[in-house]
Amino acid sequence: AKSPILAVPEEPSNSLSKKRNPHVEVYCLSGHPTLPCNVLKFKSTTIMLDCGLDMTSTLNFLPLPLVQSNIVLYFCVFSVDVFFLQELKECSGHVFVDSVPEFCLPETELLDLSTVDVILISNYHCMMALPYITEYTGFTGTVYATEPTVQIGRLLMEELVNSIERVPKAQSASMWKNKEVQRVLPAPLKDAVEVSMWRKCYTMPEVNAALSKIQLVGYSQKIELFGAVQVTPLSSGYALGSSNWIIQSHYEKVSYVSGSSLLTTHPQPMDQASLKNSDVLILTGLTQIPTANPDGMVGEFCSNLAMTVRNGGNVLVPCYPSGVIYDLLECLYQYIDSAGLSNVPFYFISPVANSSLEFSQIFAEWLCHNKQTKVYLPEPPFPHAELIQTNKLKHYPSIHGDFSNDFKQPCVVFTGHPSLRFGDVVHFMELWGKSSLNTVIFTEPDFSYLDALAPYQPLAMKCVYCPIDTRLNFIQVSKLLKEVQPLHVVCPEQYTQPPPTQSHRTDLMVDCQPPPMSYRRAEVLTLPYKRRYEKIEIMPEVSNKNGEKDGGFLLIQPNSSYCFSSPFD
Amino acid sequence: MPEIKVTPLGAGQDVGRSCILVSIAGKNVMLDCGMHMGYNDDRRFPDFSYITQNGRLTDFLDCVIISHFHLDHCGALPYFSEMVGYDGPIYMTHPTKAICPILLEDYRKITVDKKGETNFFTSQMIKDCMKKVVAVHLHQTVQVDEELEIKAYYAGHVLGAAMFQIKVGCESVVYTGDYNMTPDRHLGAAWIDKCRPDLLITESTYATTIRDSKRCRERDFLKKVHETVERGGKVLIPVFALGRAQELCILLETFWERMNLKAPIYFSTGLTEKANHYYKLFITWTNQKIRKTFVQRNMFEFKHIKAFDRAFADNPGPMVVFATPGMLHAGQSLQIFRKWAGNEKNMVIMPGYCVQGTVGHKILSGQRKLEMEGRQILEVKMQVEYMSFSAHADAKGIMQLIRQAEPRNVLLVHGEAKKMEFLKQKIEQEFHVSCYMPANGETTTIFTNPSIPVDISLGLLKRETAIGLAPDVKKPKLMHGTLIMKDNSFRLVSPEQALKELGLAEHQLRFTCRVHIQDPRKEHETVLRVYNHLKGVLKDYSVQHLPDGSITVESILIQATAHSEDQGTKVLLVSWTYQDEELGSYLTSLLKKGLPPSTA
Repeated sequence: AKSPILAVPEEPSNSLSKKRNPHVEVYCLSGHPTLPCNVLKFKSTTIMLDCGLDMTSTLNFLPLPLVQSNIVLYFCVFSVDVFFLQELKECSGHVFVDSVPEFCLPETELLDLSTVDVILISNYHCMMALPYITEYTGFTGTVYATEPTVQIGRLLMEELVNSIERVPKAQSASMWKNKEVQRVLPAPLKDAVEVSMWRKCYTMPEVNAALSKIQLVGYSQKIELFGAVQVTPLSSGYALGSSNWIIQSHYEKVSYVSGSSLLTTHPQPMDQASLKNSDVLILTGLTQIPTANPDGMVGEFCSNLAMTVRNGGNVLVPCYPSGVIYDLLECLYQYIDSAGLSNVPFYFISPVANSSLEFSQIFAEWLCHNKQTKVYLPEPPFPHAELIQTNKLKHYPSIHGDFSNDFKQPCVVFTGHPSLRFGDVVHFMELWGKSSLNTVIFTEPDFSYLDALAPYQPLAMKCVYCPIDTRLNFIQVSKLLKEVQPLHVVCPEQYTQPPPTQSHRTDLMVDCQPPPMSYRRAEVLTLPYKRRYEKIEIMPEVSNKNGEKDGGFLLIQPNSSYCFSSPFD
Repeated sequence: MPEIKVTPLGAGQDVGRSCILVSIAGKNVMLDCGMHMGYNDDRRFPDFSYITQNGRLTDFLDCVIISHFHLDHCGALPYFSEMVGYDGPIYMTHPTKAICPILLEDYRKITVDKKGETNFFTSQMIKDCMKKVVAVHLHQTVQVDEELEIKAYYAGHVLGAAMFQIKVGCESVVYTGDYNMTPDRHLGAAWIDKCRPDLLITESTYATTIRDSKRCRERDFLKKVHETVERGGKVLIPVFALGRAQELCILLETFWERMNLKAPIYFSTGLTEKANHYYKLFITWTNQKIRKTFVQRNMFEFKHIKAFDRAFADNPGPMVVFATPGMLHAGQSLQIFRKWAGNEKNMVIMPGYCVQGTVGHKILSGQRKLEMEGRQILEVKMQVEYMSFSAHADAKGIMQLIRQAEPRNVLLVHGEAKKMEFLKQKIEQEFHVSCYMPANGETTTIFTNPSIPVDISLGLLKRETAIGLAPDVKKPKLMHGTLIMKDNSFRLVSPEQALKELGLAEHQLRFTCRVHIQDPRKEHETVLRVYNHLKGVLKDYSVQHLPDGSITVESILIQATAHSEDQGTKVLLVSWTYQDEELGSYLTSLLKKGLPPSTA
């Protein structure tokens, strides 16, 4: 029998003890501002907003090599104590855990997660912790997400599980997590937080079980929860099917903004108007690179790529299998002929590469207007269909098999995982790292590229950092807040102060009146709100009896909606 | 009393030219805007002058909804919007919006280029018309204006077909368009939640049919095609480019694959490939199986089915040809039919419904000598088969949908009067709801009884629920409040708040009642008897005997005096305020019954 990854809370959940809570409360379960996990208690419903999985923890682990290599990585044994010789390795001044990589889960002890009624997902990056929540906490509710979110989220999970399971590691390190031990370790291991919440990856059966609990929703669909609350997803403009959520009763409105974009890339534009008149606006998922302009980064990406290939080198692009890669391929489609790259092969290697490329073409309804118009013709909305047809872009499930026969250099390879700790990217880092002709271009903003590269040092290959993060920057946020005028703003504490490395940039924080209320991991916020009216319905029998002796009965129904009925019923 | 009015301009006791006007809570909505395949004169389009004689249609209609791309549901749209003139919103799903203009253009070409008609809508008009279209997602709540909202549900029938809920306040109508309650090889089944509309407007094409299992029909179809091909005959299957065509193609493709057959299958017109592209790009609208496997194998990429060329019709040997249009009323299917009709080895299979007046309808009703253009007589010797592959709900399916949606009234359209009559009775018997079947131009009025939403002040709600025992969900409870109707809104507030808001002084209303009781005893003894009696009866109330000799029950005051003329009669003075009316009147009637015999 498999031991559960999470401890089930000891106290049995008692749904009867649920009281009508007059407050709006936010429980903050994740400390990562772009991978949020909050629980909102509102009108006696308990709603989880996103379940992001913090994967930066994997940077503390050794990469999982795909090909048994006796070269490249040389590790000295780090010697503090003979006991953990096995689980800690040193490499060019850094110490890494030699074990299956682990991820940092959201808090599970702050409240009994079996009492969560529904989970609302805003985009496919923010659902990666879903199996941990739905399969190990006694959760019995429903998860709501759009169809592209679910389909692409499934692909991301599949890729993750696949790249970890294909390199079986006997070792699962735990001794270093002992507080006494961790204290004496060198940084960054010494400073790693919440290590007790680090868990190894879930399995495919768990992914399938979690996804089976999802109910598909469309933009602007009104979903009634127990007759007390209505939730509605709105287009957020960040990714295929990405949404912000409105959670409202007749007289209270909470807006949950997560991962939104005002740039015109492939998804449907953001719906801003519907966020107006919110009592509370919860703001998460802003850009992680507020100083970089995505357009400029794409330009730099293209020119670096062209330069390397022209000099006979190879380009490695560590990336997720969906999202920005569609935009990059579209840029390259327009760029390759003019840059004289027509004969350079582009490889997209991922167990889900084919599915991702196919799926991108069938979500016409979730795309921006230009792409929709193409579908009406009918033509595929993304030009990577043509790149594939003309053999300029080839995709493979992994480096094994067909790829090894077709592989020609110089070339451009898109592959995961962006952390450089697992997936086919590890192989290419080992293969190309020694030559200064080659370049690795970082486009995903989720991992510090220096930390990602640490175990591969010393490295001869060029490293270019072109993070492309299309999510809202602080200028856009203050414009948005002026526009939609929420009474209160709630955001992670990181957004209420300038970035630690740029403490003079007071423009890089959320600025609004009244100042935002901030939260940090494992905190509970009680939100102020004032409400003077409630909605009831007068039944026609009562309203038709004007003139007669009046008076009616108030029926209080279990779902906390009220109706007014005739006293003669 | 609020009412919903429905007037079909088309599809009233008829199939074709679907166009239904609905008035609900002051909003006017037009459902579908179709053409009639059976007519070539003015009757082919709905008579929009019914809506207005000289005003602009935009002023009379809040929106137009198109359920799916079949021409009998959207064929009059450019005429309506560009030639008669309508600039308001037109709603349809994304696939409908994509495919609709192509079918309209096809229709225009046949009418203008082939038949040489003038005064018909132009290609530019189709484009301008489509600019007025707003595409909707399934289940998205579209706010047409502040009050009117619409919502689309999956209908199965063809790619992108939808049912629509139209809602204003608490009143709602559901229009099904055409739908199919059983999933087929490429589409899913129609679905709607228990939305309890005031009115369900449903199609009733197969009002009296209960179809046998789909599997049998498919086996039958394949057997007939196979036999004909085996004996060297040619099979003509008239279809519309999108819809049943894909269903039957998937069916034949898999059969050819399995049986390893070599006879060629063709699909006519340039639409085919384009049509299949739409299915590939809108694969999320197909059934679960196709959606799940599309990455590995796209069901709309056919290996055995090739494009048809006009010259192939004269080729010797067996072949199967899918040709448009489906009712043999014009175009390529009719041309091929004329060529092949004389040979008894050949076969024509009609896989769908044929409207009256079309060649398809004629041969299905047994006519074997057809008068063609130019008085030419065409003798039909080929075998004529009808096999219902139309993706319409049958009687069982219609009943199933009614059960799902639980409407308060049902209205039948898109069917034949006789068959409707039968279904109407069945619906009324089984569901005990009224069922209507208006003819074209006939108005049906349905009265609704909506609840009235009211804002209740939170203070009042808390105060009233706190009075007395804890609220019991099963027991009704009396509450007092004042309803303020102002600025089109209703608010229920406490009387004090209402007085304050309206700047009124409070008036005390007191009821006083005298009750005569025969009791020779002294006044204070009578009072004591009354006190003991009330205390015994009203156990849950606070009954008090005050030092001044009066009794209070809650805030109700009771005093006793001797009758001025008859000392044996005591007069009980009962006094209560309007707020305590219930208890006060109860007390008086209790006291009027007299006191129980004294035990003292």
